Amino acid sequence: MSSYHLDHLQYLETEAIHIMREVAAEFERPALLFSGGKDSICLLRLAEKAFRPSDIPMPFLNVETGHEFPELLEFRDRRAKELGAKLIVRTVDEAIAKGHAHPAPGEISRNKLQIPVLLGAIEEFQFDCAIGGARRDEEKARAKERFFSFRDSFGQWDPKNQRPEIWNLYNAKLNPGENMRVFPLSNWTEMDVWEYIKKEKLEVPNIYFSHERECYRKGGQWLPVPPPHRDATKPDPYAGARPKANEPIKKMIVRVRTIADMISTGMIESKTETIDDIIGEVSAARVTERGTRADDKASEAAMEDRKKAGYF
Amino acid sequence: MPHTHPIELLRFNTCGSVDDGKSTLIGRLLYDSKSLMEDQVEALEKSADITGGGQINLANLTDGLRAEREQGITIDVAYRYFATPKRKFIVADTPGHVQYTRNMVTGASTANLSIVLVDARLGVIEQTRRHTYIAALLGIPHLVIAINKMDLVDWSEARFTEIRDEIEGFLPKFGSFRDVKFIPMSALSGDNVVDASTKTAWYEGPALLHHLETVYIASDRNFSTFRFPVQWVNRPNNPTNKELHDFRGLSGQIASGIVAQGQEVVILPAGIKTKVKEIWSYDDSLAEAFCPQSVTICLQDDIDVSRGDMIVGLQNLPGRSAELQARVCWMSQRPLTAGKKFYLKHTTQIVQAAVTQIENRINFTTFEPEYQPAGLGLNDIGTIRLRTAKPLLFDGYETNRLTGSFILVEQGSNATVAAGMLFPPLEAAKPEYADFAI
Repeated sequence: MSSYHLDHLQYLETEAIHIMREVAAEFERPALLFSGGKDSICLLRLAEKAFRPSDIPMPFLNVETGHEFPELLEFRDRRAKELGAKLIVRTVDEAIAKGHAHPAPGEISRNKLQIPVLLGAIEEFQFDCAIGGARRDEEKARAKERFFSFRDSFGQWDPKNQRPEIWNLYNAKLNPGENMRVFPLSNWTEMDVWEYIKKEKLEVPNIYFSHERECYRKGGQWLPVPPPHRDATKPDPYAGARPKANEPIKKMIVRVRTIADMISTGMIESKTETIDDIIGEVSAARVTERGTRADDKASEAAMEDRKKAGYF
Repeated sequence: MPHTHPIELLRFNTCGSVDDGKSTLIGRLLYDSKSLMEDQVEALEKSADITGGGQINLANLTDGLRAEREQGITIDVAYRYFATPKRKFIVADTPGHVQYTRNMVTGASTANLSIVLVDARLGVIEQTRRHTYIAALLGIPHLVIAINKMDLVDWSEARFTEIRDEIEGFLPKFGSFRDVKFIPMSALSGDNVVDASTKTAWYEGPALLHHLETVYIASDRNFSTFRFPVQWVNRPNNPTNKELHDFRGLSGQIASGIVAQGQEVVILPAGIKTKVKEIWSYDDSLAEAFCPQSVTICLQDDIDVSRGDMIVGLQNLPGRSAELQARVCWMSQRPLTAGKKFYLKHTTQIVQAAVTQIENRINFTTFEPEYQPAGLGLNDIGTIRLRTAKPLLFDGYETNRLTGSFILVEQGSNATVAAGMLFPPLEAAKPEYADFAI
């Protein structure tokens, strides 16, 4: 029977394709969350595998904090175009201007402000399902989450009352106003993602590879120096997130391991030029991927709290 | 270093009673197999200083929810991932508390192997029997009985043998596992978890991890009978490629068996015989496909096929009936009584179903059925009869986990309230080929 054998990547792939097709079959208006990051790059390939030769039967959705790496946005727009998909972008700036999102005094990170933007987009387009690239190995609250993660009409996740998920029978039933988050990569690890990118020869944004960049030390991490503020007629979007006098700037050879936005992504010193180099680095890593994410360090339950409120 | 050869995946779950040390065991596997990262250890140490009086609590690795850490129990299934050079592992850490038995069913339904933990001091308790019973009921092929906390019984071989004999006494009644392994261990100290213990000279078997790395799983899948529930009809709207203008593919995941290009198949429930023209996949056209691959099948003839239909081989046709008998695990606070209506999801279709009769309920002390119970309560297991609005195409759960299983969804709340395992069909579907000539 050895010829009828799937290795672990093929197994994860067939599971994820099955889930993608369940979404297409069971929901009226699904969307696929695409940021341009490595996990959502895998999602796109899985969507191609699930639906080709047809078009991918759902638009792509991205929530911008306004602090994105420009390289990532360029990549995101280009990939959506290449795949012939409709890309919907909603921004925290817009939401603040419309009064839908309210920054907490003194809080520079816009991580939490993505929540009302995402919920607003779901309402605006009447999405009943959003496919995301989250993985259970990323974080321990995520480790508890289902493939089909039910959200009530306030977008909330109730971790103590999740729908049991048995065999491959996913319960997609919703009442009006409720929606589902679906995570086809739930069972993938960081290593699986990179091995899949290698196997499928997927393009990734160049910030995943080593490059020269100005960084500064903050909270035990090397943060990228934000782009200069050029348009003096507008407030500096990075106000408060620029290196202070006692945080000297250093030119370094770095890359990102995981991408949030520029003010919450720690850069790692690295000399990686190929996907193989990255795989080697990940297998030798002694800290988790999210160890470089400032947004998760807030407290032991930082992710759980955001998810309960409607986070990705 | 990155591996170059294909690596097998083993899915297992851990279950046992509260405080048997399930989460500690997984923590130990991760810790000793060097799958833990420095920041995770750092976070553990941080919470140990705050809440644990300085002792690292390995259980905090899997107890991801605040309420779990507060109460020191596992509420929900937590999934963990680790790899050794031999295999990759997906671990479902399933709760022991009786009120969360439904989550054990969730975690175990996709497992190749179950680890049931037993506290060596307490021996076999109701939860041990219940979890072993559920593992057998769900058709998990491989079972490990981890007799834990052996350090607290002075590594007594007599105690180990006593517990093993008791379990071996009732196991045959529950069903047949392909293999059963009893392992004496201490998850807390790591003995016989990753490395063989020096304290159990009398024990000749492997440490747990070695067993997980080597247990034979290649024959766990059902390759004998082809079943392909149609999941999604693939029909390009405006193909730029003219060759695709008439493309009509049937997408799905092969539930069991093997299919080859050119093979004769039957479309059910229509009962039409045709041939597989092409097995389409994004990468390539395939000569053959097998379970659990996700593929797109193109048929020789233009036949009306939709989601919920099934493509099968000519031999061993599935059953087709609207009158069903099944064993269910009830997962809702509101009891199941005869006469209630539900949505039933089976393979890729949803139909309305009425529970016509509750035949029995399993007594978890005797494991004997009690007939004509008033209903089934939360976490009860029993046999029911159902009538569906449309006949199902199905196999007995024992022969096919995917075409023999269903869930019940409560109308209104949309809660998943039952996991069902179908009894074998009384007779196979009888398609009429006569009116169709190839």
